[in-house]
Amino acid sequence: MYLYDAIDQSLVDQRVEQFRDQVGRRLTGALSEDEFKPLRLMNGLYLQLHAYMLRVAIPYGTLSSNQMRKLAHIADAYDKGYGHFTTRQNLQYNWPTLEQTPDILAELATVQMHAMQTSGNCIRNVTADQYAGVAADEVADPRIVAEVIRQWSTLHPEFSFLPRKFKLAITGSVRDRAAVRVHDIGIVIKRNDEGEIGYQVIVGGGLGRTPVIGVNLREFLPERHLLSYLEAILRVYNQAGRRDNKYKARIKILVRETGTAEFIRLVEAEWEQIRDSAVELPRGEYERIAAFFAPPAYEILSRNDGGFARHRLEDRDFASWARTNVAPHKQPGYAIANITLKPEGGIPGDATSQQMDAMASLADRFSFSEIRVTHEQNLVLPHVRQADLHGLWQTLKRYDLAAPNLGLISDIIACPGMDYCSLATARSIPLAQDISKHFADLERQHHIGELKLKISGCINACGHHHVGHIGILGVDKRGEEYYQITLGGSADEAPSIGKIIGPAIPYDKVVDAIETLTETYLAIRVGDERFVDTVRRAGLDPFKQALYADP
Amino acid sequence: MTIQVISANRLGDGIVVYLATNGGWSECIAHARVIDGEEQGEAALDVAGGAVEACAVVDPYLIDITGSGGTRRPTLNREMIRAKGPTVRLDIGKQAAR
Repeated sequence: MYLYDAIDQSLVDQRVEQFRDQVGRRLTGALSEDEFKPLRLMNGLYLQLHAYMLRVAIPYGTLSSNQMRKLAHIADAYDKGYGHFTTRQNLQYNWPTLEQTPDILAELATVQMHAMQTSGNCIRNVTADQYAGVAADEVADPRIVAEVIRQWSTLHPEFSFLPRKFKLAITGSVRDRAAVRVHDIGIVIKRNDEGEIGYQVIVGGGLGRTPVIGVNLREFLPERHLLSYLEAILRVYNQAGRRDNKYKARIKILVRETGTAEFIRLVEAEWEQIRDSAVELPRGEYERIAAFFAPPAYEILSRNDGGFARHRLEDRDFASWARTNVAPHKQPGYAIANITLKPEGGIPGDATSQQMDAMASLADRFSFSEIRVTHEQNLVLPHVRQADLHGLWQTLKRYDLAAPNLGLISDIIACPGMDYCSLATARSIPLAQDISKHFADLERQHHIGELKLKISGCINACGHHHVGHIGILGVDKRGEEYYQITLGGSADEAPSIGKIIGPAIPYDKVVDAIETLTETYLAIRVGDERFVDTVRRAGLDPFKQALYADP
Repeated sequence: MTIQVISANRLGDGIVVYLATNGGWSECIAHARVIDGEEQGEAALDVAGGAVEACAVVDPYLIDITGSGGTRRPTLNREMIRAKGPTVRLDIGKQAAR
């Protein structure tokens, strides 16, 4: 993992003291709310329905066990004993006080964490493939360039007041686990025919009220040019992006209104001016950062552990968990263990301080003290010996962390919705809980197979409903919660935006509707076709007829 | 005729509060000053504006309510959730203290 140098640490420490001073001035009235609000947002502090909410950055979803322990400690000492992992790989506390927030930030700084740029019209926390550095199918580790971008974008003076927020995601694998094509900029690390590393650069993707799949700016950008190219994109956006209407201010609207070809021309023209400027990262600095992401001291093991195979044969429940939650690792004898934060009827993404402490200990014991956060609101222990998986699973069970449902219908993304969020128009979490309980039968979940169900409580789409195989959007209809269902969305390497199936339905009909949709799928699927593939092949009609035929 | 109360968030901790009959701010909607009509609403918002100036609360606004005394409740789901706490965690928020 990357470790702060003196500059990083000093920057974060200074920021804590600046914010402490700003909070002090706000509490005494020296700053008005209008003056203070942009300052608190720059430090990740929102005012939500019930209280303040602090969003803590987890750069590219990578956490050490010590950082996780600190998050648990803060949950206990300053909040209500839990935290919420988000679709941006961050963590949110729902009940901090304004008075104590500087102390929380000071605690975070002691473990090289902060809340900067988790809000505001700036470059937000960079997200990445949660299997970075360990995926069997990886071209190169995206954490290195993610850290380079983190350093470049932190408090970047030119890009601190963009027309709107700006989100980047990076993957180093062909299989897209980071939803890069629905980000303002998505980066895919590639290798060309000469074996050189470079980047596919995708721009203008996004969700929200105008969902768009990003367009290719470059199929292969040589490695050394990345920062100057990003700077050119940001500069064009900063100058030409709309500032008169916040709903039309994201880069996706600029790309659409400018036209892809013209947008590319503008970026390339800007880039020609700066391509060989100081923005180019010195090779030595790149290598200094890359050294932090060197593989841990793996043992030399056989590719397949006999004990792991035996436990799978002897223990049906363990086999079930291993089937869904364990992924192949590039290092022989090791595995990637996914911990879904989606127990039956649970709140997606929530973890208690006790669970956080437990995961920190398990990371120390089994995974070189490393943990990852996924944009699907789950956690990952990235380096587990196959021989340790059974022991890990047994401990996870004790902490209600062994739900064997990764990628299944109960592995639901849900935004906080109207239970917490001041922007929401409907609740998301209770719906996720109801669906999770309805589909509790694991055998049936496996029979249904991979199904990404995503719920947002408003059009801002924090629950990524547009790219759910089944997407659910909560809307307010004359004071009642209604839900619009979309089908056929996907955020992977074959992305698509889901299509609305029909009129919104009331809260108490949603679970039945999901049941009808899954039964329809099972009736018409061909072979081992996934839900989303059936929707793509058969279209919406069979689902529409099943759902709306009998009023 | 719709009756109303004024709600805001307390500056120091962000907790939901209501302008109370005694001119202070209460965490409990049952203690809120009931506002009947535009004139009373404007007067109450003036009082709330003073509390903003005094750094007691932020973002005060009028909300519609029904009922009276202990059965008083907001008409909108959003305000009901603010008055009680998250519907998915009955152990936290104002509802937990009752």
